[in-house]
Amino acid sequence: MSSSLLFTIATLTYLASTVMFFVYLAVRSRGVGLSGTLAALFGFIVQTAALGLRWKESYDMGHGHAPLSNLYESVVFFSWAIILIYLLIDAKYRFRAVGAFVVPLALLASAWAQLSLDSGIAPLVPALQSDWLLYHVITCFLGYAAFAAACGVSVMYLFKARHERANGTVRSGGVFSLFPAANVLDELNYRAIMVGFPLLTIGIITGAVWADYAWGTYWSWDPKETWSLIVWFIYAAFLHARITRGWVGKRSAILSIAGFAATVFCYLGVNLLLSGLHSYGGG
Amino acid sequence: MKTDANGFADSIWRVFSSLQLTIALLIGLATVSIIGTVIPQEGTAALENYLRTISMSTYQFYDRLGFFDMYHSWWFIALLCMLCMNLIACSLRRLPHDWKSITQPPMVLDEALERSLPLSTLLEVPDDAADIEQKASSLLRQEFATPTVNRCGREIHLFAQKGRCGRIGVYVLHASIIVIFIGVIIGSLFGYETSVEIPEGGSVTRIVTAKGTTIDLGYTLRCDSFAVSYYETGVPREYKSVLSVTDKGRTIVDRQAVIVNRPLTFRGTTFYQSGYRPAGPPAFHVTVRDRSTGSTARITARQGETVSLPGGGSFRPIDYVPEVRPSVPHAAGPAMLAEFIPAAGEPQTVLLLQRYPEFDVRRGGGLVFTCDSIDETWITGLKVVRDPGVRVVWLGCLLLVGGLFTAFFQSHRRIWIRIAGGRIVLAGSARRSHAAFKGFFEDLADKLQKM
Repeated sequence: MSSSLLFTIATLTYLASTVMFFVYLAVRSRGVGLSGTLAALFGFIVQTAALGLRWKESYDMGHGHAPLSNLYESVVFFSWAIILIYLLIDAKYRFRAVGAFVVPLALLASAWAQLSLDSGIAPLVPALQSDWLLYHVITCFLGYAAFAAACGVSVMYLFKARHERANGTVRSGGVFSLFPAANVLDELNYRAIMVGFPLLTIGIITGAVWADYAWGTYWSWDPKETWSLIVWFIYAAFLHARITRGWVGKRSAILSIAGFAATVFCYLGVNLLLSGLHSYGGG
Repeated sequence: MKTDANGFADSIWRVFSSLQLTIALLIGLATVSIIGTVIPQEGTAALENYLRTISMSTYQFYDRLGFFDMYHSWWFIALLCMLCMNLIACSLRRLPHDWKSITQPPMVLDEALERSLPLSTLLEVPDDAADIEQKASSLLRQEFATPTVNRCGREIHLFAQKGRCGRIGVYVLHASIIVIFIGVIIGSLFGYETSVEIPEGGSVTRIVTAKGTTIDLGYTLRCDSFAVSYYETGVPREYKSVLSVTDKGRTIVDRQAVIVNRPLTFRGTTFYQSGYRPAGPPAFHVTVRDRSTGSTARITARQGETVSLPGGGSFRPIDYVPEVRPSVPHAAGPAMLAEFIPAAGEPQTVLLLQRYPEFDVRRGGGLVFTCDSIDETWITGLKVVRDPGVRVVWLGCLLLVGGLFTAFFQSHRRIWIRIAGGRIVLAGSARRSHAAFKGFFEDLADKLQKM
């Protein structure tokens, strides 16, 4: 059994999970919602095994590095991290409908990686030969995944809040009755960012420490560094907005979505569109 | 009564210590920071590069706004300074209240306090005050924290708190940003960054900074050797300089390998492997064998140099690659290309693979060439950095992470109990995770009722 087969199985399972969540929203059957979560859990286990196997395959080839070194591997890890965060949220709060807004993001990442990215295992160029690679990539992507979940929850919030304004908070039928209440979604958004922000901060710091070892400067205003700081500024603004009157609710949700858009640009836009020191993430 | 000046100062203070300003500055910084990621930050010296994509008038406009080095422009620095002032003002405005709430908390649960707390509940128990106090105290100690006991007339007040650092985390976090900026300033005032080139076998005693100042190192830095190795894919595997430091004839650092990600730090100055170039054309050592007589001769030729062969003809190395695998599959190692002009006949191009001595046999002809070795002398390029502020920056980063975690995940929780006869009032508040605290509070009320 090869890791690429396992990655394909995981991707198909995330597809099944996404479909189940959409069906759940349509038919509102608890069993379907539960099977969506279980499918995500199964996919996560398979993908975890695949990551481990790919790591071993890299050792067998004589390279021996963690599967976090190029665009394909990072996109796969991103989808893994999104599912991890989703499963943690589900374990704690059991809001099934959240899956319909978070799991598709993981499916998108996983499917893109499997279908159109180069999955070859290549040896590491000198700049990447460092233990900091592991710490830096893991913290950054767990942070990104928490922001992805926050974004999904924020989109739910915008739907739910509009629905509540139109119909009052009384329980009514329809898709939105499956959503947690707007203020709960608002709180969940905040919680996810409270997890993502320290992770992003550690990710930026480990990146700076590594840059200091590799290039002799901890900060050089490289586009990647600058965009990570832009993302940091947006979420810092979000966190301050939480304790400011008039910023809770809709504005918070919009800031969270903007923050994730900036995160995606920091991750993909910079690598694919701008040039800089982080170019090995581009292919 | 306030004077106008006071009123003005007051409103300035209000603006500077407002969270609205914080949000505006953070979003503003995020927005303007994009400019420098789209416009390459090469500085105004790179005029020609810029004019390839933008017109002269656009260039002048951008230049006036400092867009070519925007992260060091006056307005960007001014925005960062405003953020710092805002952060200090916000902290100063809010610190006294938080400090007081952890150092001098209200220990007596009076009615006003009770009304202001989010959680409070009244319990009725059999009237036996002394016993109740002991039981309530030990319950708090077991379930929460050791309480302080106060008596006011017939009433007994218990107060206990946990997670006080949760209130201080945010100030540590804010201070850490200032610490990082201080580190950056120390670095830019007292540090320098430059590069130095040392040929293999050569050494340096002084370096020249970017500003043109010559700095005496106070020791001798020697490059013993430099080597670059490749993967079979032709991708570089490792750049390695072997460096030694001697001071007045005494060797202090002996042949230390410096590679990317593993620099050499000596007396506060750090040397990073950053580049390399050939010191001159490489030398090729080739054995020439006469196929008919079996006699051999060894020749040495530099790249581009024509060497006459014993018995007529000439040999001229053209080029070489350190790893041939990408262009010749199933082969590996260095390969050289040479022009061979026989004594009689047409010039031929000869490919020699160092690891396969018999490779040239199948070319046919009277002479067989074997590449024995290729000598390339390198000049290593080192980046030289002295940054006395970097430790301060890392200290700031540690405080930043520590501050974030305490501010986010430590909740200042307080519990008050008032015992008056058989009536117990339990009240409490938490700064974070209200739902979890509510559950704990209800559980505690239950246990208090049952004692």
